[in-house]
Amino acid sequence: MEYVSPEGLRLDGRRPMEMRQIRAEVGAVSKADGSAVFEMGNTKVIAAVYGPREVQNRSQQLNDQALVRCEYTMSNFSTGDRMRRPKGDRRSTEISLVIRQTMEACILTHLMPRSQIDIFVQVLQADGGTRSACINAATLALADAGIPMSDLVTSCSAGYLNSTPLLDLNYVEDSAGGPDVTVGILPKLDKVTLLQMDAKLPIDTFENVMQLATEGCKAIANYIREVLQENTKQLESRRGT
Amino acid sequence: MRGPQLSLNQTQKLRLEAALEKLESFSSKANSVTVADTIPVNYEDGVLKGHGTSEIDGSVVATVCGVVERVNKLVYVRALRARYKPEIGDIIVGRVNEVAPKRWRLEINFSQDAVLMLSSMNLPDGIQRRRTAVDELNMRCIFEEGDVICAEVRGFQHDGSLHLQARSQKYGKLERGQMLTVPPYLVKRRKQHFHHLDQYGIDLILGCNGFIWVGEHVNTKDPTEEEQASKSEQEQVATKLNRNAASLEEQERTYTPLETRQNICRMANAARVLSTLGFSITVELLIEIVNLSISLKSDIREMLGSEFCVLVAEVEAERRSAKIKKK
Repeated sequence: MEYVSPEGLRLDGRRPMEMRQIRAEVGAVSKADGSAVFEMGNTKVIAAVYGPREVQNRSQQLNDQALVRCEYTMSNFSTGDRMRRPKGDRRSTEISLVIRQTMEACILTHLMPRSQIDIFVQVLQADGGTRSACINAATLALADAGIPMSDLVTSCSAGYLNSTPLLDLNYVEDSAGGPDVTVGILPKLDKVTLLQMDAKLPIDTFENVMQLATEGCKAIANYIREVLQENTKQLESRRGT
Repeated sequence: MRGPQLSLNQTQKLRLEAALEKLESFSSKANSVTVADTIPVNYEDGVLKGHGTSEIDGSVVATVCGVVERVNKLVYVRALRARYKPEIGDIIVGRVNEVAPKRWRLEINFSQDAVLMLSSMNLPDGIQRRRTAVDELNMRCIFEEGDVICAEVRGFQHDGSLHLQARSQKYGKLERGQMLTVPPYLVKRRKQHFHHLDQYGIDLILGCNGFIWVGEHVNTKDPTEEEQASKSEQEQVATKLNRNAASLEEQERTYTPLETRQNICRMANAARVLSTLGFSITVELLIEIVNLSISLKSDIREMLGSEFCVLVAEVEAERRSAKIKKK
């Protein structure tokens, strides 16, 4: 199948290096300590953060740092065919773990000993790139909850189809079976915290694809900063003196 | 998305936007930062890094979203929407989570539960003495799970746990009223957190942790001398138990007048409106809003509606502009 037309357009009309439209909002869940909605084209994800709070299971309590937990769920209505999804299937457990590890890398857990931070992410609409959308939403929610972090983590995916590197794959491109590289970076520290690929790629093309994904992450980071800045300003001005 | 989630009609929407815009124009150019923003500092003077900052490659970087504050050499970031951060001497309102040996565990919106030791609170009969094993067994007579309590922050123990104390008649169990939670950044630390509003016959406690108590006014009475009669230990405990049982019945009999109950609800709704709008919560402002609602003859439930919310925003914008003009 042809994923990039001779004119250089993708199936949804984007250029190979073009990202889908992104939109983010903080404060979506009223009772949570921090929450956010993140949209990437038709992918829509909601995240809620509770904590730092008292550890629920005393045996898991850590005396020198906070316990970070993450739960990823996919709504029944999020995909084209409505499916019953058993809780704790392989895919969601794996993604929960990935998100937890990525977020733990940037949270300054040593500042909140003997406490726990719960991150809940739910996919409302799935159109490829849910993993990166979840990470971006979780970052926003953590920042909204006022949890100290060394940097904002942002994530973006890129693929390689029809011998062209493509940024931010949607569902159709994702299910083509080509390589799909998900990258998570700390933009300020310029470090990589997440790198996933379930296929083989020659090393020189891989470098190009990863470079593309990193650029995407940086663009998302800029947008997230703007959203947070706007939110902080608004809160401060309304509070008054 | 944060802010009032109300169904506003077109005019109300415009009025609210205008009022909020007005408020925004008053705010001084607050140097707000987000996570991983570099904070400009003058290195020649020497810098002390405070809360919410860290050092990356020799430059001071924020670790939370908030407002940069500078005190002499100290540079710190005041986080806005975060959980409560206790300071010694803070007056807080909390809810009992658990009765443990010699202590109660309280939920106070902090990253851990706070601890109130049996030994760091006055006994209800006001007698000063060692706490015995019998006292420990009768702890549920004082506070049970789910009770709302007012106490003071005593400090952090060596093991990092937060301890509270309630060594005065004004602290203790809160009854006949309602507790509401607001974001802690809206409550400012002040000299006075207990307020007795005589005109409404209610007590208002603005806990530093963002828990607000509105309840019927109670007289804090000093322990009477006669209670300290010389009795044997056993007898004292027995009488105490009886008295507790008696006082419980008594409390059930005590009746809160309808007017007071309405005042409690009005005051609580005023606090709710302020917290949805994100305005800082002070007694003066709360009283002003209650008076506004009374003067408008609006129902208590209408206070949570969109019209009243817009009105409060406009009044607040007006008030702040008047304040600036005075300067």
